Amino acid sequence: MLQGPGIAWYLGVAAFLFGTGALGVLIRRNPLIVLLSLEIMLNGGNLALIAFARHAGNGAGQIFALTVMAVAASEVCVGLGLVVAIHRRRLALDVDELSELRG
Amino acid sequence: MILYASAGNVLVWMVWIGAGFACLASGIAVVSFSNPFYSALALIGNLGSLAVLYLLLSAEFVAAAQVLVYAGAVMVMFLFVIAYVGPRMETPPWKSGPSWQSVAATLAAGSIFIEVIVAVSLKAGGRLKHSEHVGSTFGTPGWIGRLFLTDHLLAFEITSIVLLVAAVGGVILGSHARRASA
Repeated sequence: MLQGPGIAWYLGVAAFLFGTGALGVLIRRNPLIVLLSLEIMLNGGNLALIAFARHAGNGAGQIFALTVMAVAASEVCVGLGLVVAIHRRRLALDVDELSELRG
Repeated sequence: MILYASAGNVLVWMVWIGAGFACLASGIAVVSFSNPFYSALALIGNLGSLAVLYLLLSAEFVAAAQVLVYAGAVMVMFLFVIAYVGPRMETPPWKSGPSWQSVAATLAAGSIFIEVIVAVSLKAGGRLKHSEHVGSTFGTPGWIGRLFLTDHLLAFEITSIVLLVAAVGGVILGSHARRASA
């Protein structure tokens, strides 16, 4: 028996978190804040996975959430490596100005 | 018995409202602070309140892993890099009046939110009312470990390869940058 709010409330919070993260990715120009907003999007997805795992009484959702956590840690590792490399080359930390690879 | 159950229900609702509100507010704070350091601190609050929501969904091990891996390891790395590259204030786009990019981005993010809500409620609207009963072992570390080493062994092994590749990639990125600047 799930006490308190039903699964739909958790899914609403998850969708709002995903929308907030998407907004941050779209409008912020600092790559560090873009990475932080990506974390919010991943956590929104994780909350939905865990809510559905509890709803179905099945462990696969929790396993997938733990896998997503490991992927997020890898993404932060590579992303922060890129930020440090950009900083060492004395380039501006601005995703609009880092457009050398644009065709 | 009924009185006891409803008192527990009210308590769960109160904890849920507190954690859910903290979660949404800190998510908005991450996006809107101009200093990345404050954004990272707000994200730690977001991760902590999400861990409380995971506990309410009886995912104890995931909540513990969230606090240890995210709020512990990942955010310490984030704060270290933010301190390394120095405080770089950026004026948020809404300070200088609404540009067409920020309006379009807000519309896009809002439409993603509404689309998810509509898709979930159309697909599963009636079936979300009644959740399954779960045993007392649901979400415990031993149960997760047994699942990882029996049914989901492939996911476990692939996760280890992904982490190894990311660690090697981080080292290569760091060493290339040093050679270029020297």
